[in-house]
Amino acid sequence: MTAIIFRRLLQAIPVLFIVVSLTFVLMRSAPGSPFSGEKKMPEQIKAQWEKKYKLNGTISEQYGDYLWDVAHGDLGLSTQYFGRTVNQIIAQTLPVSMVLGSLAYTLALLIGVSLGAMAAIRHGQWGDRALTLLALLGISIPNFVVAPLLVIIFAIDLHLLPVAGWGSLDQIVLPALCLSIPFIAGIARLTRGSLLEILQLDFVRTARAKGLSEETVLFQHALKVAILPIVGYSGPAVAGILTGSVVIETFFGIPGIGPFFVNSVLNRDPFVTCGVVLIFSLFLILFNLVTDILYFVLDQRVKLA
Amino acid sequence: MSASPTSRRRSPATFVLTAWLGGGLILFLAFFYFFGGWSLSAPADLTLCNGDEPQSLDPAIITGQLEGRLALALFEGLTTRNAKGDIIPGMAESWEKSPDGLTYTFHLRPEAKWSNGEPLTAYDFLNSWERVLNPATASEYSYQLYYLVNGEAYGTGKITDFSQVGVKAPDARTLVVTLTHPTAYFLELTSFQTLSPVPMETVKKYGDNWTKPEHIVSNGPYVLKEWRLKDYILVEANPYYWRPVRVHRIKVLPTNNPMTCFNLFYSHKTDLILDTRSIPSTLVQDIKNEPYFHANPFGATTFLRFNVKRKPFDDPRVRKALALALNKNDIVTKITRAGEPVANTLVPPGNAGYTPPQGLIYNPDEARRLLAEAGYPGGKGFPDVSLLFATRGSGPGDVAAEMQALWSRELGITSIHLRGQEWKVYLNTQQLIDFDMCLSAWIGDYNDPQTFIDMFVTDGGNNDTGWSNPQYDQMLQTSENTADPAQRMQILHDMEKILVEDDVPIVPIYFWVGMSLYQPDKLGGFEPNFVDDHRWGEFYIPEKKP
Repeated sequence: MTAIIFRRLLQAIPVLFIVVSLTFVLMRSAPGSPFSGEKKMPEQIKAQWEKKYKLNGTISEQYGDYLWDVAHGDLGLSTQYFGRTVNQIIAQTLPVSMVLGSLAYTLALLIGVSLGAMAAIRHGQWGDRALTLLALLGISIPNFVVAPLLVIIFAIDLHLLPVAGWGSLDQIVLPALCLSIPFIAGIARLTRGSLLEILQLDFVRTARAKGLSEETVLFQHALKVAILPIVGYSGPAVAGILTGSVVIETFFGIPGIGPFFVNSVLNRDPFVTCGVVLIFSLFLILFNLVTDILYFVLDQRVKLA
Repeated sequence: MSASPTSRRRSPATFVLTAWLGGGLILFLAFFYFFGGWSLSAPADLTLCNGDEPQSLDPAIITGQLEGRLALALFEGLTTRNAKGDIIPGMAESWEKSPDGLTYTFHLRPEAKWSNGEPLTAYDFLNSWERVLNPATASEYSYQLYYLVNGEAYGTGKITDFSQVGVKAPDARTLVVTLTHPTAYFLELTSFQTLSPVPMETVKKYGDNWTKPEHIVSNGPYVLKEWRLKDYILVEANPYYWRPVRVHRIKVLPTNNPMTCFNLFYSHKTDLILDTRSIPSTLVQDIKNEPYFHANPFGATTFLRFNVKRKPFDDPRVRKALALALNKNDIVTKITRAGEPVANTLVPPGNAGYTPPQGLIYNPDEARRLLAEAGYPGGKGFPDVSLLFATRGSGPGDVAAEMQALWSRELGITSIHLRGQEWKVYLNTQQLIDFDMCLSAWIGDYNDPQTFIDMFVTDGGNNDTGWSNPQYDQMLQTSENTADPAQRMQILHDMEKILVEDDVPIVPIYFWVGMSLYQPDKLGGFEPNFVDDHRWGEFYIPEKKP
């Protein structure tokens, strides 16, 4: 299995190479420059800046320089935040997003699986219908609606939690909750669907026939099989949630990596854009690999290739 | 999916789920332990929202207003401003101006010191100004020293001997500056961050990292204590500053979402919102009568640029017709709604000694007459043209849509299309003059009409209209060489008349208001001023009334 993992990691290198190349070329061919501002920058000064950032040659030279640096672990300098390297920016902001994301996903798993199981047990009853409706709302109402609503209720009206900020435990509750809502809804729907199917299967009937309690049937037998689709869902979901959210982090003033995905593009900050895209791709590849391994562990019919 | 039950009694599924949940929690707590908790450090006496994360704190590099506010808390030039925005002595305690207005002799304060206790000398200014002008520094605002004799030549690399530049330090406390022409606003420039002294030893030692809290040495009212990207900046009173600072510790939040800023203010987590753009425009109507809402006229103008090289805007009658048909009052009362004054001139009111021309005042009958004369009676046959604006927030798009509606209503022109572009693309299009009409804005660099009027010289870097008038260019030169302030203002007045009444390559629309939020009983030393420049060294916290 180690050999397989190693091979999969090696396969990631060309994927990352293509992702970085495409991002870089797209960023450098977009209209507008990192140095365009309200006032026109004098040509000789612009030339100095382009030299400093190695953005002065042809696009293939720039690309060559950049790839060389990336291969040496240097993701370049930010053109927006003077004197900060992309490595520094990621090192400072990624852990923040990971703290928020890991809490949010833990919440999503806890609440999502419980709600899904409850809905499956009460299949067809009002509780099931209510939960299905809630899950649909949770998936379809965007973050930028949920976040202000929760802030108005819990922070402005009830004074229970702070409106924004980062650094104390109470400040993480609302953003983590907002971030987890669509995932709670997704996981609940997956759990419910999968559990409903499994509860029809022969082994469940056998377990019931043996006289096992409904709880034992559900938790000891059915749920552990029903969890498989959630494992599949979790790979890309965890990669996404750990690399931050633009909306949540902007709205709650959290110093995470999420806003850099959008703002670096708007600022035409080419190295930051490439850097964050690289990080996200890396996370996606890693968590998909973890998912595959988990599948392999959980379901003996799956072969790792 | 259908799966057969696993045969083993203890399936790994429960184990995986538990491990996942447990792992998530442990990961979260571990990260939180290592990386969280920093905002808990040091409570501040004042917390303010500054608009966004500063791009830099290096006075020679920065160009933005929000960076400028921070840089001017950390650094101080020869002159500075009081709360009202007037120029007052800064590092220089006094100065003399020669009768021809060309030579300034500044006398530095004997007590002038850096935040590490080292004395601050005239040589520091000399070296810092050399750094700004030095092409290797790539200071975008280096042109603010082009007023010095040979400043431009050194700045563009034509000469390499700095001793030829018009700034000398005969001794440690005297700085003599020689200008190419009498620059009436020179003392405004010396209060601006670009001309602040920087600690050259620190700059040389740490390069780009010299502004990091662990390295920086400054000379202004505050010193930088902590700077966490996108999290907060903490500044503390500089013990070596020449006068006492009354608010000891200020925490600066880079929150850039207006609603978040307002939520923070509303829940008393921040005491001051400094940036107009940090106040949600949708809320202005509801909060503008609250005691904490403050708005003041501010030296910036939103205006329309015509591309005078393209039909039909090569015809001044068409440009005038469009200008006269704009009921700007509609725009400020329906769209912007923060009390912006209607602008008929480019230069905002409030420049001492300057009387602006009247400008073109809303007159739809005259507008229709001019349009018919130009060959488009009732808007018939008017070509398809577009109005370019930046899609940054909803403001510019709404203003552009209102203008489109006004022209359709007053002139019958229905062939004007809206063309919204993302900010950097918009800037690019504007600089290439690849538009028919463009909604633009300009914030004055200093409190003098010149900062608005000199934009439109032939091929000026920010002209962006294709417009050129040799008489206008000639008048600018004359004004720059005029030492008599009244005469100079008269020339600038005549120039602006050409710009907004006769040739009309641009149409002023409205002047900006600077908005800020603070409870007057919790913050003092913050007064409305025309330059929207509020030095933090002036702030104080009023004593609680019993």
